[in-house]
Amino acid sequence: MEPVVSFRGAVCLLGRFPALAGVDLDVGAGEIVLLQGPNGAGKTTVLRACAGLVPVVDGDARVLGVDLRTDRRAVRRRVGLLGHASGLYEDLTVADNVRFWARAGRARAADADAAMARLGLDGRLAHVAVARLSAGQRRRTSLAVMVARRPELWLLDEPHAALDQDGRNLVDSLMADAVAAGATVIFASHELDRAVAIAHRTVTIAGGTVPAGPVLAGPVLAGPVLAGPAPTRSVPAGPAPTRSVLAGTVPAGPVPTGGTEPFAGPADHSDGADVTDDRGPTERTEAVPVDRS
Amino acid sequence: MTGRDPSTGGVATIMRDASLVLAKDLRLEWRSRVIVSQVLPFAVLVLVLFAFALDPDRRILNEATPGLFWLAVLFSTLLALQRAFGVEAADGVTDALRLSGLDPAGIFLGKAAGIAVHLLALQVVLGLGVTVFYGSTPRGPVLLVCTCLAATAGLAAVGSLYGVLSAGMRVRDTLLPLLMLPVVAPVLIAATEAFAAAYDRASGEGWRWFGLLAVFALLYLAIGIFAFEPLLEES
Repeated sequence: MEPVVSFRGAVCLLGRFPALAGVDLDVGAGEIVLLQGPNGAGKTTVLRACAGLVPVVDGDARVLGVDLRTDRRAVRRRVGLLGHASGLYEDLTVADNVRFWARAGRARAADADAAMARLGLDGRLAHVAVARLSAGQRRRTSLAVMVARRPELWLLDEPHAALDQDGRNLVDSLMADAVAAGATVIFASHELDRAVAIAHRTVTIAGGTVPAGPVLAGPVLAGPVLAGPAPTRSVPAGPAPTRSVLAGTVPAGPVPTGGTEPFAGPADHSDGADVTDDRGPTERTEAVPVDRS
Repeated sequence: MTGRDPSTGGVATIMRDASLVLAKDLRLEWRSRVIVSQVLPFAVLVLVLFAFALDPDRRILNEATPGLFWLAVLFSTLLALQRAFGVEAADGVTDALRLSGLDPAGIFLGKAAGIAVHLLALQVVLGLGVTVFYGSTPRGPVLLVCTCLAATAGLAAVGSLYGVLSAGMRVRDTLLPLLMLPVVAPVLIAATEAFAAAYDRASGEGWRWFGLLAVFALLYLAIGIFAFEPLLEES
């Protein structure tokens, strides 16, 4: 079965800056994948690239069978992205927002109402303007929009942020329910205790602006990941500015030259030579290093 | 999870999406009252200030009514546009629009229709204003209404194009007038001339100017339908 997400040496630029500089990533259908990494590593950019919001300028990138290099807009209606911003109209009420975005995504009004009920936004809160909501309530409203739209691929950037304990539990159950219904979930989080518990596997991103030195010395990228097989494609043949900026980020210490093999998906867990441990689907770590050769 | 309506791009889809966006924008105004409480008073204030500036001489004001009316409309349009696209640029809404599945042409037509509704309401009030403050009474109501409709369509179409273009920029509030005012100068000229005819002060040339307004509106509506998607991507 074709992976839901398949990146090979994917390069994304923010301006002239390579936010992603050769990412290899495979996510199979029905997986819940945690993206982890330090600030600026490129987690958000991976999510936005998967949503077709950030152009992939080099490498190969397919999401839900759509080639992002040729038609990234085609994938948008099939994914849901919960970013740092709410994506809500402040002057509209919770119900107005959820119903509008649900209808925009061809969902039924009943889906919107059910989503609000699921997120605890029915009743009085449904008729409150978003501008008057707390950060956590806005987060719930954004989640309700996503639930109502029933995307095939959920892309969640710090989904637990601003939520109380009940809300965080709810997010976990929403992810589990989405996968049970056939969707795939990729989320970025710094709350590793909670995130690792719900994720089928973890992908560590190191690259972009993050100095590679300290990260490379850590336990995550050491050993099997860096000792992985030679990359199947080398540094993307991107435009000249990309290379020059990339060169500026090469650390002084040992530099990983290997790419990572993709995960085949949640079913067989035979995840390629780069991951040599056998701790099970919720514990393994895959690195997505920057190819700096 | 995959049984959704994948249709995009058909006329029915575009019209459906346009009506959805229009309804949302009208609801936004109903909830916030920004046009009613801020733009409308501004427009009336402009009329009053023109009266102060030109001396309360009814004859001069009467002569200048068409131009002053459309200048007031034009200035108010800028405020209405900044409001209309400010809400689309706030808090990740632009990304949400891109991901929404709404047809870009539908978004354009919906936004333009919403702006047009607001501008028409504004013109009704301004029409009453010039009657009260300037003592001007139209003698060609059909030409007057047709001119309002055509000029409004043109302003809304151009405004939606430049509104989305400048929406994502930090300097959008100052950039929008610079981009838009030169482009809508023909609307100002033609609408003023047509209005002058409607107020019976420029012979029967009014319908020709109306024709120019209609062509301008159709041209920019067509451009907007095709150009809105790349502009939304760049905003």
